[in-house]
Amino acid sequence: MSVSLLLAINSITLGGLLFLLSAGFSLIFGLMKIPNLTHGSFFMLGAYLSTTLIARGFDFWTAALVAGVLVAVFGTIVERLILRRLAGAELAQVLVTLGLSFMIADVCLMVWTGDPIRIDTPAALRGTTSVMGLGFPIYRLAVSLIAVVFAAGLWGLLDRTRLGAMIRAGVDDAPMARVVGIRVSRLFTVVFGLGAWLAGFAGVIGGPILSVYPGLDQEMLPLALVVVILGGSGSLLGSFVGSFVVGFLYNFGQAMFPELAYVVLFLPMLLVLVVRPQGLFGRQAV
Amino acid sequence: MKRFALAAALVVLATVPLWVGSTYYVNIASQILFYAVFALAVNVLAGYAGLVSLGHAGLFGIAAYAAAKIMTSGHGHLAVAAGALAVTLAAAAVFAVLALRGTGLGFVMITVALGQIVWGVAYRWISLTNGDNGITISGRPSPFGLSLASPRGFYWATLAVFLLAVASMAVFVASPFGASVRGTRDQPRRMNALGYHVWMIRFLAFVLSGFWTGVAGLLYLYYNQFVSPQAVTLTASAEALLMVISGGTATLLGPITGAALVVVMKNVASAYIERWNFVLGAIFVAIVVFMPEGLVPGVARLVRRSPLR
Repeated sequence: MSVSLLLAINSITLGGLLFLLSAGFSLIFGLMKIPNLTHGSFFMLGAYLSTTLIARGFDFWTAALVAGVLVAVFGTIVERLILRRLAGAELAQVLVTLGLSFMIADVCLMVWTGDPIRIDTPAALRGTTSVMGLGFPIYRLAVSLIAVVFAAGLWGLLDRTRLGAMIRAGVDDAPMARVVGIRVSRLFTVVFGLGAWLAGFAGVIGGPILSVYPGLDQEMLPLALVVVILGGSGSLLGSFVGSFVVGFLYNFGQAMFPELAYVVLFLPMLLVLVVRPQGLFGRQAV
Repeated sequence: MKRFALAAALVVLATVPLWVGSTYYVNIASQILFYAVFALAVNVLAGYAGLVSLGHAGLFGIAAYAAAKIMTSGHGHLAVAAGALAVTLAAAAVFAVLALRGTGLGFVMITVALGQIVWGVAYRWISLTNGDNGITISGRPSPFGLSLASPRGFYWATLAVFLLAVASMAVFVASPFGASVRGTRDQPRRMNALGYHVWMIRFLAFVLSGFWTGVAGLLYLYYNQFVSPQAVTLTASAEALLMVISGGTATLLGPITGAALVVVMKNVASAYIERWNFVLGAIFVAIVVFMPEGLVPGVARLVRRSPLR
């Protein structure tokens, strides 16, 4: 009983992290049609940057915000300088983002060495809390809560604001959105920066749970891909549901079929692809 | 002129072990040849069919692992080759059915996911694949009495397979099937309207690509006598794609040039440069931004433009 409860908490925590990671990925993919294979690198880069910031005396939350901003600035530069030139050339975008992810991984290896770095859990959230006689690790609950708050915030942003309406218009039909006077090109930069920020921030708050090590990027990227394929690209609800599905599949898969954890993770995705290629919450491609 | 160049190239290739001297370079030449076969296979999809696969290292690895498993269970080399290729063809068919649910980006993402499944199995299913330690085999085959144990023997056998692959690609490109594959890349709707079965054409192209990928994977296993999850990583798939793109997609010479470039960079340059992955990424970015058509067509363009002609 308590083992599966612990697994469930871990699943929800991982789901929350995955949501932060894949919401940006999904928006970038849905709006800009860019398969951003550097997204896992943004996650890792955010985590690494925060370790340096924390070592310089910043507290955890400031470090998380600042590391996110640094990653966002970096992402925006990449978008403006490189991806912008390759608009519409999907193959070129795949290659460039993949190439960049190799470069980032190697730079991280050079700067932060190959040893895993643990990010300390913020002091206020250490230990466990007891609910109905069961111990819950506080930090993991906090991460899940943050994810839910961000989900609500993003939903509000997309569904209730003018910017959100413009982004939705861009996702649905970018040429038409341009015709009615929306600056889709500026939206691209905003969305890419937002996505990069979310990924970098997720990397930091995931740090106390996952710690940071070389290869973290290549581990998170396929998970984000599965989330987006499961949930459907450009759909916030899809990312949300997909993230928790993947969180549960990953943790329970590893506990129950350790040798087949990846098969357990990817099989539902393949099933969705066969039955409903646009994803659970995705819209039919025009 | 063209025939003369071809004959000269053949003579040069056939005599490589006689003039390069050290076995180190003979081995590098063998690597270039089997990676060229791999790149040619990836090119069938990425170049002619317009379907970019980032999961081909998965098929490559399936061939190598299947061969290693069949061999370690005590079968002969003929059974190893036939079994490995049969398994790879079956896997390619499954990959194709799943990946062809999407085109363009959808195809890329599904192939990434499929490649990662293979990696996950290779890495985690320890009772089947021995996990991170990989599988070691002992002994290369001796087809028609020619022993492949020596670097020279292996080079010549690889060269024979390579020439067969190039010839099959030349036939494929010139054939009506090759034309229809290019047609589905450029004008899928028109091809459909003209009565071609677009899905089936793509499926067959995938299986053809899978076949030569399997052959390359088999050669890789015999060359290294070892296979580990390292062979099926996303980086390996990306390297194969880099060979195709850097050389020039949808050309015969491009993937071969690209394979030579990447293998030489990896083996020779990595002796001097520690940060191989950084260089690989930088080459990726530079080629895409500055020479998107690849080296072979890019250089051809520069030559055409030069005032000397």
